[in-house]
Formats: sequence, structure tokens, C-alpha cells
Amino acid sequence: MKFLKNLGLVLLLVLVLVAWVMLPWVGALGLAVLLALWMFLTRRGAQARSVTGVGVSTLPQRIGSSAVIVVGIAGVVGVLVALLAMAEGYSETLRKSGSEDTAIVLRGASAAEVASVMTRDDITQIGQAPGVAKSAKGEPLLSAETVVAANLPVKGTKTDEEGSVQMRGVGDEAFAVRPQIRIVAGRKFQAGLKELIVGQGAARQFEGLEPGKQIRLGSQMWTVTGVFASGDSMESELWADAPVVADTYRRGASRNSVTVKLTDASAFKEFKAALEANPQLKVDATTTLAFFAKQSEQMTKILRIIGIVVGSIMAVGAVFGALNTMFAAVATRAREIATLRAIGFPGLPVVVAVMLETMLLAAIGGIIGGGIAYLIFNGHSASTMAAGSVGKLSFELRVSGQLLWEGLKWALAIGFIGGLFPAVRAASLPVTTALREL
Amino acid sequence: MKYLHLIWAALFRRKLRTVLTLVSIITAFLLFGLLDAVRTSFDQAGQSANGASRLQTGSRLSFIQTLPMALTQRLQSVDGVKLVTYANWFGGAYQDPHNQVFSFAVAPNYLDMYPEMVVTDQAKQAFATTRIGALVGEGLAKRFNWKVGDKIPLQSTIFPDRNGSKNWQFEVVGLIHAADKKSSGWYDQLFLLNWKYFDDTTPYNQGAVGWYVTRVADANQADRVAKAIDAISANSDHETRTQTEQAAMASWMKQVADIGLIVSSIMGAVFFTLLLLSGNTMMQAVRERTSEIAVLKTIGFSGRSVLAMVLAESVLLLVIGGVIGLALASVIGPAVSAGSGGTLRLPAAGLNSWATGVGLMVLFGVIVGALPALNAMRLNITDALAGRA
Repeated sequence: MKFLKNLGLVLLLVLVLVAWVMLPWVGALGLAVLLALWMFLTRRGAQARSVTGVGVSTLPQRIGSSAVIVVGIAGVVGVLVALLAMAEGYSETLRKSGSEDTAIVLRGASAAEVASVMTRDDITQIGQAPGVAKSAKGEPLLSAETVVAANLPVKGTKTDEEGSVQMRGVGDEAFAVRPQIRIVAGRKFQAGLKELIVGQGAARQFEGLEPGKQIRLGSQMWTVTGVFASGDSMESELWADAPVVADTYRRGASRNSVTVKLTDASAFKEFKAALEANPQLKVDATTTLAFFAKQSEQMTKILRIIGIVVGSIMAVGAVFGALNTMFAAVATRAREIATLRAIGFPGLPVVVAVMLETMLLAAIGGIIGGGIAYLIFNGHSASTMAAGSVGKLSFELRVSGQLLWEGLKWALAIGFIGGLFPAVRAASLPVTTALREL
Repeated sequence: MKYLHLIWAALFRRKLRTVLTLVSIITAFLLFGLLDAVRTSFDQAGQSANGASRLQTGSRLSFIQTLPMALTQRLQSVDGVKLVTYANWFGGAYQDPHNQVFSFAVAPNYLDMYPEMVVTDQAKQAFATTRIGALVGEGLAKRFNWKVGDKIPLQSTIFPDRNGSKNWQFEVVGLIHAADKKSSGWYDQLFLLNWKYFDDTTPYNQGAVGWYVTRVADANQADRVAKAIDAISANSDHETRTQTEQAAMASWMKQVADIGLIVSSIMGAVFFTLLLLSGNTMMQAVRERTSEIAVLKTIGFSGRSVLAMVLAESVLLLVIGGVIGLALASVIGPAVSAGSGGTLRLPAAGLNSWATGVGLMVLFGVIVGALPALNAMRLNITDALAGRA
């Protein structure tokens, strides 16, 4: 009989947790309103309210053991939110790099820009395809770019440790195709000279990327003339004049990729179809939005999995900590609860009261954990070798409202499990036994 | 030691509470074991004796830039160099361009350089004589269900052949078996093809080499040899950069992720939580036993031995939980790696992790037990027996 009851409890728990995971915040709000209505409008609810009141009012006396629940859950939520914020920040940075009304064209079957080669002919033909926006002078808005990797000394290392940074050879058109780029310090590079501008992210990671300084690429010296900002993955790159880059890296007249501005988002279909129908071209066209989304997919998934696995293991630890504390709390209040039941309180209000108390502590823990993660990690910059690129991508951790809500949901779920068993035990202990218990 | 049964009895006085606390400790050390193993495997990447005596020479400009073939002879003649080999990226992908395979075109003597890769003589022979032959890592073969003798198409995401087609044909002639799964598991995902076939077929290469690998006779001479190699092409249009494989690997890993920071901040949060949980349990346990401790003191136990017993109890609690947790980590890591077919690599907790882990267990046991133990030591017998403490 006892076994069946426990089995039932566990099944209930699983059902509740599954439903809880699916629940949007509106649903949670609805639940809270329903609970409040029940507590204020029905007799049972009123009883539950008064028992909860007693429990909560004695919380300060049990501050040590209650703090265990709060801090334990804050730890879980903080770690979880920080790790998920990493995934969020990474995919956000790449997502912002793309838009629906620009398209990137690569040689067929090239997974990354650096592996693609475009000849002069290809580039001219792409410009003539329908759907490409025209400049005021009537020329197609198209930017043919060379993408290479450059080795530069990494900031903050004692030895001459070098990291890889993506370098892009561009012309004036590149700025027309990507209007989000703006120079924040210094000036643009001059065509034909060994000058370059650096993204803010790259400047943060590598040594010597300040306007006016010279850096060494291979056997040649280049001058940094400016710093640019764009808020996306381009910020991790160095930009210089395309012919000069192509010359340094022995690329001749070929380029790696072509980015075009489309007349509008709906023109993409026509543009892609025209390129595919052209027998002289063997290229793949993708909107930049799809291109960058695809690149971020894998890494975001891995980061999320790490976050959830680590969070789950920690959550198990926190659940048992909460169980421990609540069992102890119920045990110290066993007499009081038994007295309530002896004078006619049914089991339900007692269960609700213990559950509410635990969930309250859990919610406080969740808010503290999320808050700490927000304060420490929101905007914290991290970097990794990005998929499909040949340089380090620098990005900022982003603690969004959605993530904070997700963290709070975890906290409440932990509180629910941690409170359920002690609550049921409190309500089902025979009154006589409980009254006799010391 | 003679009080072990007393300590043991005290520890399991309230079974439910002890078990719940144990589970919290177990999860904390499970997490510690898994994360520390990841951290050490990142730290130790390439840190073998072989890694220290092999030098990688690539273009100073960037890792995608090629070097002239003609360097081979000049590298060979550098004093202290025993063996020179070279390779090139192939950028292979199977079926879908996003299904990337670690594929290199390698010189005929490439395998001599890497004792970590075990290949049968028969397979070596077949690789040398079959133009389109390929040696495939065991893990990779398993992933795509390839067998020796299979003809497989691979597209290169970089190199087309003379007709402009990027579909290449290969024949699997042998498997690569990683000698030591733990430290060199990555060889198990390699795809090696003949450099000659590659160089003849693609019009884009023309005798260029992706990178050279040289073995030095004496690892202590590695620095000098690296400098000598870089001096050969200094101020030319193909300057080189030479590092030991060990150093190259370490700096590469650092670019992929700053693992140390992430791991240590998680561990900090985990242990802070853990300390609090078990500290609370110990406080409860000692508070409950106030009168028992008074009795112990009455029959002649000194304050110090009571202190020692309570401390021993909390250390024992931490050690039991910690050992179970680390043992679980040692089992789960390899199981996950095996289950994911090599895409996810979680090494087992090594000797180092165990040593650190045990140190942490004892340390936390002492910290957690300190306050309750002091309380127990200072306990006044008369007050305690009268129920005033």
C-alpha cells in the first residue's frame, strides 16, 4: 500500500514536471492566480493560508537551514543561466550578422567562405542576376571579398603566443552592403596601401590593434588606421583593401565570396533560381541570415547541452539538500502540525502550506541566482574559434529575460520536488504518533 | 581507529538525512570528476614525449597558407632533424558538405612519424601501392559504416579535380587504430589519402605543402632546431613558423575555448553549495546528540577526543560521498564517449583528479565539521544533561 502510494507520488511528480517544462509564463501566471483565488475564496484555501502564514512567520527562526535551500538553488540557477547565456550570446552574435535582404554566394559545396573560390567572370555574372539592388550610379550593389586567416599575438600572454584572426579584403561596396558597420576611431584604410581597420572584438583580443600602430603579417608591416563597430560577427575581423590582401596572400584576381544586396527579401528566390539556371556558374546562394544561422547551429547546441547537463547534475544535489532541510523542518514542527490536524485541519492545507513554503524559498533562490548571473555575466565577453570561420569569434554573454524565466522555472521545479515528499509525510503521519514524537 | 564503530553509528543515526546528504555530496563530486577530467584532457593535449620531439612548420602568415615543396630538402639538411614529412588539408566531406571529415593528403613517409597510429604492414603496403587508397580511423569507419575494400566518394570543400568536379573517389585500404585511446583518441577520426594522387589530380595545388612535420633527434634541441628552420625562409615571401606539436596543440585548444575559467567558476558554485548543505547537516546532527555527547564526556572522554570524533564523522561523510561520486564519474565519462560514437569525448577521471578530489574531501570535511566539533568540545556536561544547552 505504501509502495503504491509512493509510486503514485513519483508518477504525479513526473507529470507535473513535464507539464511545467512546457508551460509558458502566461500559464504560470494563470496558475498563481488560480491558487490565490482558491486560497482566498474557499474554506480549505483559507485554512491553507493560515497554516502557510504560521510556517512563513517562523522562517526567520530557522534562518540557517532555510538559507541552505535558497543558496543551493541560487547556485544551480546561477550556473545554468551563465552557461545558457553563453549559448545565447554566441548565436545572437551570428544571427545579427545576417539579414534576409542580403545574400552570400559561394562556390558550390563550400561549407565556409575560406574554402570557396570565385573568379572575375563569376562575380560579373552574379552582378547581372535579377533581384540585385542597384546603386545610384546604376551599378549592382555587390561586394566580392577575400577571406584569409592571419596570425597575430594574443593579448595577455607572456610569450609570443599567436592566435588566428579572420582577415577580409574588401572594397567600398562592402560598406554599402553592410550598413551596420561604422568607424568608431581613426579613419578608413586607403585603397592600394597596406592599411587596415580592425573590429572592436578583434582589438580586444589581439595585441597592438590600435589606430596608428603597426602590425606584422608575414614578412610585411601593416598600419592600423581605425577601429570599427558593427555589433555582429564582423567585429572579430580585420578589414583591408581587397587587391592588397589578395596580393599578400597570393590570390590573384579571384575572391572567396560575393555578398549582394537584394532589392528586397522576396527577391531572393528569383536571384537564387537565376544563378542555378546559369550553366556557367557552379555556385550556392544563401541569404546571409540562413548562412550565419547554419554556422551557429552546432556550437549553440553544444553549449546548451553542456549547460543543461551541468545544471541537471547540480539540480539533483540541490533537490536532496532541499529534501533534507524540509524533512528536518517538518520534523521539528511535527507536533504543531499534528495539533492542527487533531483540532480538525484536513491534510490538504498542511501539504499546500509546506509546499508553498519550499517554493517560496526556491523562488528567492532562483531570483538571487539569476540576479547574480545577470550582474556578473551579462555583457561578459568570451571567444571561441567559430565554425566556418578561420578566426576567433568574440561575443558577449547575454542574460535575457527568457533565460531568467527559464532559471526561475528550474528553481521552482527543484522546490516542488524538495517540498512534495516532506509535505506528504507531514500530512500522513498518524496524529497520535506525531503528538508523542519529541 | 578504535572508535570507528562509534563514529559509524553516529553517522548513520538518522539514515534518511545521511543518505540525502550523501546524494548531494555524490553529485558534487560527480560533477567535479567530469569537469576536472575535461580540464586535464585539455591541458594535456599533445603533451606526450612524441609531441615534444615533433615540430610543426606552417606558414607564418596563417594556417591556411601553403609553403613551397622545395623546402623539404632544406629542412632535411638542418642539423638535428631526423625525419621530415608533410601534409595538406583536403577538406573532405561525406555526402553532405556539412558532414566534415578530418582529411589530409599525406607524404609517403607520414606514418613513420606517428607511432601513435597503428596500421598493419599489409595496410601500409596497400596504401603505398593503391593510388586512390585511403587509411581511415576506426572511429570514423564506424561512424559511416565503411569497411576495408569499400569504394567511397568524398567531396572536397576546397579542391576540385581537373574537370572542375569536387567529387573524389577513394578506396579504403586499411584502418588506423589509435595506440592509446585516452591521450590520442583523435587519430581514430582521421582520413589519410595519398599526397601524390591529390597533387596530380587537383590543378590548384602545384607542389604546395600545407605544413611540414619534422622529428628532432633530441627533444631538448627542439627550440634550437625550430629557430634554425624558421631562419631558412626569414624575409622571404613564405616565412615559416615552427613550434613543437605540444605547443601548437596547446595554443589551438586555447583558441577553441577558455576552458579553465568556465570550469573553475562552475566548480566554485558547486562546492560553495555543497559546503553549505553538508555543514548544515553536521550542525543538526551534533545539536541532536547534545545529551549523548554529555554522557560520553561524563564517562571520561576528553574534550579533544570528542572534537576528533565529530571531525572524523564529517570527514568520513565527505569521503564516502566523494569516492562514490568520483567512481561514478570514472564510469560515466567513458560510457558517454562510447555511447555518442566518439562525437562527444569525456575522459575518465585520472589519477590527478582523484588526488585533488580526495584532498578536497578531507578539506571540506574539516571545514564543515569544525564548528559543530568545537561546540561539542566546549560543551558543559551539567548544562547539557540538564537540557540547558
